[in-house]
Amino acid sequence: MFKKDFNAGSKTKQEQQVKSSAQRGIRTKVLETYPRLEPYIDDILPKKEQLDLLKIPDRVNLYCLHSTPLFWQHMDDPIIPHLQLVHKYPWCFSRVRIDRGGVRFVLSGATLMVPGLTSPGGRLPGDEDAGEVYDHGGKDLEAGEVVVVDAEGKVNACMVGVLKMGSKEMKEKKKGIAIENHHYVGDGLWKLDLS
Amino acid sequence: MATTEASPGDLRPAKKVVYCGVCSLPPEYCEFGGTTKRCSEWLENNHPDLYIQLYSEEALSQNLSTLSVDAQKRAEKDAKKKAAKAEAAESREAERKASSKVYIKRVERNKRKYVTEVSGLEHFGLDLKKVAKEFGKKFATGSSVAKTAAGGEEITVQGDVSDDIFDWLTENHEEVPEDNIELIEDKKKKSGAGAGAG
Repeated sequence: MFKKDFNAGSKTKQEQQVKSSAQRGIRTKVLETYPRLEPYIDDILPKKEQLDLLKIPDRVNLYCLHSTPLFWQHMDDPIIPHLQLVHKYPWCFSRVRIDRGGVRFVLSGATLMVPGLTSPGGRLPGDEDAGEVYDHGGKDLEAGEVVVVDAEGKVNACMVGVLKMGSKEMKEKKKGIAIENHHYVGDGLWKLDLS
Repeated sequence: MATTEASPGDLRPAKKVVYCGVCSLPPEYCEFGGTTKRCSEWLENNHPDLYIQLYSEEALSQNLSTLSVDAQKRAEKDAKKKAAKAEAAESREAERKASSKVYIKRVERNKRKYVTEVSGLEHFGLDLKKVAKEFGKKFATGSSVAKTAAGGEEITVQGDVSDDIFDWLTENHEEVPEDNIELIEDKKKKSGAGAGAG
């Protein structure tokens, strides 16, 4: 979604402060979508601190704390964490993994296709070698869930986005689009300098 | 999802991630960025432990081993193309920076009053709003950011401060080399727009 680089426009025009009522709303939404973030939510979204809202091209709202980006939201889509946040608390999010060959394409903004997740090297919940990290306690992921994508052989996540297909469907069909409109490492949103 | 510690109630401190100083990605992703060589040099100088981890012989061969021969070749070609593109983009930027000029125009507003317009600062990566505010403060006058006909933006400062701006720019903003600044005197009457500052 952020293939093009951009600036945030003239900063003071595009940056607003979020009302504390709205801030509470965002906090609740974040906890709803990512329940495992609860113990850290005060570090990420402190109640007393002023949350900033930055509008970026393509109808996207970026919530940040001073100069740290936290979450972004396209219109009314689910609220998605910025990868900087994901790198800090990777164990709090649902994760899948893509194989080594797909990383190149993902990092230039290509849509993530199912084969990247179902091929050897990819990890979905329910795989035999999923291990604790990718297993989700045996539950399958549903379409519409926000998921963090790791890369085979890398420690840090490479992208985050909304699943277009449930993980069970992916294993059955083995083709199609897995994740669209995502935020990946090195994209326009990542390069956005907030200082 | 169970965390790597058994109980979900365990609080782990936020993970600290090192980001490459050259390409801003985590160092393990530097190979996809097009600036791999500089990235690896930076990493060697700043975080030698990570450098050994990522660029040691075993690590590199492990990376390539899981890809088939074809895929390996393609990956190499892609990496080379990306590096070439990144280099071309950088040299273009450097050229543009060297040639792009900052115009300081002094324009008449009324018979005795002038307005100074500074355009072309965006090419040097300066934040116009901030700079405009600084001008206003420094010269104790009103200043604002306005759009030009060509689609660029310029800073309008009330009064004739063209020389002061020239000095101030060369002193405080070294990104703008002196030769790139031009002082122009414009004889056209700028009605209204000149007074639109503040």
